Amino acid sequence: MKGKTFFAGLGVAAALTIGAATFNSNAIARDYITVVGSSTVYPFATVVAEQFGKTSGFKTPKIESTGTGGGMKLFCSGVGVQHPDIANASRRIKKSECETCDKNGVKEIIEFKVGYDGIVLGASKKSAAINITRKELFLALAANVPESSGAESLVPNPYKTWKDINPSLPANKIEVLGPPPTSGTRDAFLELVMEVGGSEFAWIKALEKADKDKFKSICHTIREDGAYVEAGENDNLIVQKLDANPNAFGIFGFSFLDQNTDKIQGTSVEGVAPTFEAIADGKYTVSRPLYLYVKKAHVDVIPGMKEYLKEFSSEKAWGEDGYLSEKGLIPMPEDERKSFSNAVQTLKVLPCGELK
Amino acid sequence: MSETNIDIVNKGLGKRYRAEKRFRIYGVCAIAASLIFLAFLFISISSTGYTAFQQTFIRLSVYFDPEILGDTTNREGLASANFPAIVKQSLFKMFPEVQSRGEKKQLASLISSGASYYIRDMLIENPDFVGETIQVWLPADDDVDMLIKGHSDRGLVEAERRLNDRQIDWIQQLEKDGSIEKRFNKIFFTVGDSREPELAGIWGAASGSFFTMVITLLLSFPIGVAAAIYLEEFAKKNRWTDIIEVNINNLAAVPSIVFGLLGLAVFLNFFGMPRSAPLVGGLVMTLMTLPVIIIASRASLKSVPPSIREAALGVGASQMQMVFHHVLPLALPGMLTGAIIGMARALGETAPLLMIGMVAFIVDVPSGFTDPATALPVQIYLWADSPEKGFLEKTSAAIMVLLTFLIAMNALAVILRKKFEKRW
Repeated sequence: MKGKTFFAGLGVAAALTIGAATFNSNAIARDYITVVGSSTVYPFATVVAEQFGKTSGFKTPKIESTGTGGGMKLFCSGVGVQHPDIANASRRIKKSECETCDKNGVKEIIEFKVGYDGIVLGASKKSAAINITRKELFLALAANVPESSGAESLVPNPYKTWKDINPSLPANKIEVLGPPPTSGTRDAFLELVMEVGGSEFAWIKALEKADKDKFKSICHTIREDGAYVEAGENDNLIVQKLDANPNAFGIFGFSFLDQNTDKIQGTSVEGVAPTFEAIADGKYTVSRPLYLYVKKAHVDVIPGMKEYLKEFSSEKAWGEDGYLSEKGLIPMPEDERKSFSNAVQTLKVLPCGELK
Repeated sequence: MSETNIDIVNKGLGKRYRAEKRFRIYGVCAIAASLIFLAFLFISISSTGYTAFQQTFIRLSVYFDPEILGDTTNREGLASANFPAIVKQSLFKMFPEVQSRGEKKQLASLISSGASYYIRDMLIENPDFVGETIQVWLPADDDVDMLIKGHSDRGLVEAERRLNDRQIDWIQQLEKDGSIEKRFNKIFFTVGDSREPELAGIWGAASGSFFTMVITLLLSFPIGVAAAIYLEEFAKKNRWTDIIEVNINNLAAVPSIVFGLLGLAVFLNFFGMPRSAPLVGGLVMTLMTLPVIIIASRASLKSVPPSIREAALGVGASQMQMVFHHVLPLALPGMLTGAIIGMARALGETAPLLMIGMVAFIVDVPSGFTDPATALPVQIYLWADSPEKGFLEKTSAAIMVLLTFLIAMNALAVILRKKFEKRW
């Protein structure tokens, strides 16, 4: 009878819902590592995870790309198998985040720096290579810039072409494609380029100490008149757009430059081109450290945690010629590598007081 | 002579004909425009995607050297055996002139880093290979793959290429020997995600989508149909049913991310279900498809002529017998169509999955409803965001797979309708 089968179907559905409702995740152990966080660290963490899963006999860790801030929120929500074990971050954990962690019972966090990522101002190969300074970038992209007369006041950004800023630059329209405010790359760009560029003006630099909020609003407000185009989180899209528009510049991570050397060139900042070597030895200034944050309480509970960290900190992964460097991660100097792999071995806990 | 009616009609006739002709032209233009967009979509996707169904392989004579492998009779031995060294050794044997460490490294990078796992799997299947030399086709590195497929240009200056002059020489030598060729890419259809384009497959995401859809279908179809039957056949028409109807219509238009947030709050935080599981994904998709199914089911119940109901009641059937014996069978094709279209929408959805952790890098193919999994559209999104050039064609290929499923589901809906539909 059709009616009967229909009710049987309903019964199955009801049973499923009830079964699901009584589900308690504390009861089931998790046998794989859960990682959340930065989309910048994601390409590196996943390579390690895959390698680890294929060689160690443990299950492959699950890695979510949630962005640094979102990842920290999940990471700090508590201890227990339903919460992630590791958070990837493209900046250092904030004091406020660390305190939230503490409040939710995540008392012990291990900090683990994995390497550096360069932020690149790329342009199409078809355009002539230029050399730019951070001050010029600040003048090109800030919403309000100091008056050109030298007076200590701001005017809405009047510059239309690069030549308006510095006569030696080309007479092309200022057009920069970059990440939206939700991106860690944008945060790093603001801090490493815009803040430094703004500080070239003595009176703005003085503000940093005197009136931090004003300093931030000057340096962190990007112009919205079309010179800066928010191109979304997808760096591949920026690369494709640059290829189509030789006059535009794009802001993205070094690994995308590394993979697209046939189409894209990196613009030299203060005379230094963004090459692997220049970022590694610190000559190229626009680079940032990448971190993992590990829950100490989970290390002995979730199988494979120690081994995963060991794989990450092995020379074949994060070393000079390791497979991570092939994917575009810039390795740390040897002594820094040693000190962080020691911190992981000894599970050294990061105190919140140390943070900003 | 005064104008007669027919004169007035005749005067306006030309204008009316012209208006109709214009309208027809607009219609044809609209159809043409949508067809052009569709063709553009298909052509641009398949022209970049079709190459992903082939993969470059390199032929090596692999010597299973017992000295390098050690004891491979037990599991620990197999786990610790140095398979990468076996692959490298066979490669170096083909190019004996390569001696320096740097050159060896460049040569070894022509073969995929996953090749050693294939050698390992071979040995696990045939333990007596130890000490023998076997011809094997192993996947090439993605840079080589891109070069062979013509996606990277050999003519560029060395510094602008991913492969240097030496490596291209070696590839040309391999080409001359016939030891490098494109073959059907079985890997793509049989494995889960990987960070190496040549080792990445769609199967993990496809099974994740499958498990999610099973849950969605099992829950949303019976609940949706039951709700529709009750509202249409049994419920009294009053203010309450009006409010419910309005709310169902509103729910159908709610952006899908909202259902994801709801899923996060209810299923993960309140019921404590596992993150990234198809079970939760299915529940969220159920919430999303339910209104669609209810609306479609009610519409198809409405289209059953009242004479059928009256006849059934007239010969003494109860209300329930009337619905289940006569109305439901006639309305079922329409309900199925609605369900399939709702499911097709759920299959292509990523936004709600973001909140419940299904946007993740997952290598292992899920084997149940609570294993971590992702879904087809999520896989497309993740690949589109990867820096390696090899993922470009993989992205398009994954879109082709997803489109195939969607077309198949919609075709099924059409077939069901054609087969079971009754006209009055």
